[in-house]
Amino acid sequence: MTVENLREYFPALSRKVYGKELVYLDNAATSQRPRTVIDEWERITIQSNANIHRAVHLMAEEATQAYEQAREAARAYINAREREEIVFTSGATAAINLVAFSFGEAFVSAGDEVVVTECEHHSNIVPWQMMCLRKGAVLKVLPVDDRGELKTDMLEGLCTERTRIVAVTHISNVLGIVNPVKRIAGICHAKGIPVLVDGAQGIVHSAVDVQDLDCDFYAFSGHKIYAAPGTGVLYGKRRWLDAMPPYMGGGEMVGTVRFTGTTYAPLPLKFEAGTQNFAGAATLSPALAMAAQMMDDSQIGENQRAVRDYMMDVLGSDSRITLYGNPVDREEKIPLFSFSVKGAHHEDLALILDKMGIAVRSGQMCAEPLMDRFGVSGMLRVSFAPYNTMQEAEYFVKCLGRAVDMLI
Amino acid sequence: MFDEWLDKYEYLIELGKSLKDYPESSKTDENLIKGCQSRVWLDYKVEDGKILFNADSDAIITKGIISLLIRIYSGRTAPEILSSDFSVVDRIGLKENLSPTRANGLVSMISKIREIAAEIEGAD
Repeated sequence: MTVENLREYFPALSRKVYGKELVYLDNAATSQRPRTVIDEWERITIQSNANIHRAVHLMAEEATQAYEQAREAARAYINAREREEIVFTSGATAAINLVAFSFGEAFVSAGDEVVVTECEHHSNIVPWQMMCLRKGAVLKVLPVDDRGELKTDMLEGLCTERTRIVAVTHISNVLGIVNPVKRIAGICHAKGIPVLVDGAQGIVHSAVDVQDLDCDFYAFSGHKIYAAPGTGVLYGKRRWLDAMPPYMGGGEMVGTVRFTGTTYAPLPLKFEAGTQNFAGAATLSPALAMAAQMMDDSQIGENQRAVRDYMMDVLGSDSRITLYGNPVDREEKIPLFSFSVKGAHHEDLALILDKMGIAVRSGQMCAEPLMDRFGVSGMLRVSFAPYNTMQEAEYFVKCLGRAVDMLI
Repeated sequence: MFDEWLDKYEYLIELGKSLKDYPESSKTDENLIKGCQSRVWLDYKVEDGKILFNADSDAIITKGIISLLIRIYSGRTAPEILSSDFSVVDRIGLKENLSPTRANGLVSMISKIREIAAEIEGAD
C-alpha cells in the first residue's frame, strides 16, 4: 500500500488548518483514527449501547461480545498467553497506577526499593513515588547517557535484595529510542525482580510479544494506537495479577458481597470495577487490525525508515540544532525527534509552525527529570505516524527554517 | 491567512525584543507566572501611586504579548487597573486564535496584574 492510499483511511488527515493542509506531527501524543475505528464506535453507540456483562438481553449480549472480542484482539496483538491476563483500563496511566497501587499493597513494605529510569514519562514516575511514600519505600533511578541510551550495565548494581519491581519505558516519548527491555527483564529475573514495561510508545512502533520480552506487566493506551481515547490495556502475568488485591471496588468486580465481607471476581474482572468504556474498548479491535496491517506492509515500513533517516540527517547536520535521543544504532530510533534550536524557544517555534499548518508538541512532554538531565526548559518534538509522507517531512524542515529565521 | 499571522507574530517578536532589560535577580519564583508553557516573570514597583510593571519571558512571542499588556497597564493606579474590564485581550485579537494553553497563559498574566493591583489597593 502506498502512504497516499493509507491516508484515505484516516478522515482527519484531510482537514485544513488556517486554510492550509494539515501536517499532523504530534502522533506520539494522540494518533488519528481510521474510519474503521470511528465506525465501530458508532455501531456500538447506535445499535448495542447496553451495559456489558450484566443483563441477558440482546443489546447487552452484543456489547459484551464486542468488548470481549477486543480483549482477544489485544491478547493476540501482544501474544499474551491467556485472555485473563488482559485488563482493560482508561489508558497506560491508569494501568501503571493500578500496578503501583495493587502490587504495592501486596509486595512492598518499608525500606523496600523500586527502580525507574531517567527517561520515564511522569506516568511511570509519579505512581511509584506515591506508592513509595505510602509504603515507606525508596525510589531509585537508572540513568541515561548523553545519547539518551539507558545505562543498562548499571542496572545489576542498582538492584538489591530490597528491590521489589523495576519500571521502564519500552520507548521514551522524548528520546524515541527502543530500550532493551528483554535484556532488562533477564537481568531483573535473575534476581527474582518483576518488570513493568510502559508500552505507550512501544506498542505503536514495535511488534510486541510479551512472552518473548518476558516482562511481567505491559501497559499501553488505545489513543496512541489509533483507537478511541479513554481506552488502554494492562497485561500482567497471571501469577502476579492473581496475587494482587483489586485497585477499585464496585460493581462487576465481585464474587459475593455481604456486609461481613466480600469476595472478588476472577481475572480480569477483578480489576474492572464499574461500567467500563465498552464502546471505546471495542475500537481496539479495528485499531489493532489497522496497526498490524501497517506494520506488515513493506512499502509503509520503507517510507517510515526513509523519513527517519532524512530527519536524522537534517537535524544532525544543522549546528544550531541539538537532537536528544541519538542512539549508536539508528535502527533503535523510531521516527520521533525531540530537539532544541539555539536562540529559538520551543514554544515560539510551535506557535509559528502551527500557523503553517504543522501540529507539533513543545514543552516538557511530561518528562521533567529528562529535561533537567539535558539542561533544557523544554523541547520541540515531531513524531511521525505511518501515514505521514516524506513530503510532509520536507515541508516541516522548510517551515522550521523559516520559523527559526523569524526568531533569531 | 498565514501572512496575517506572520505579520502579527513579527510585530509581537519586535515588541518582545524591545522590552526593557529585566534583571536576573528579579527572576524569582515569587515573580514567576504559572500556567504558561514558557516562563514569564512579572515584577513591579510603585511610584507616586502608580504601578510600574516590568516583565520577561524566555519565549519571545510571549514576551511580546506581555509587553503589550505592560504598555496598557504600566503607569496606572491600582483602582484604574481594577476597574478596567480587561477586554483588551479580545480587542487585540489574540485570545481566540491562541491555543487554550497559550490563552491560559495570557489569562494568568492578567490575573497576576490584577492580583498585584488588588494587593496594593488593600495596602493603602
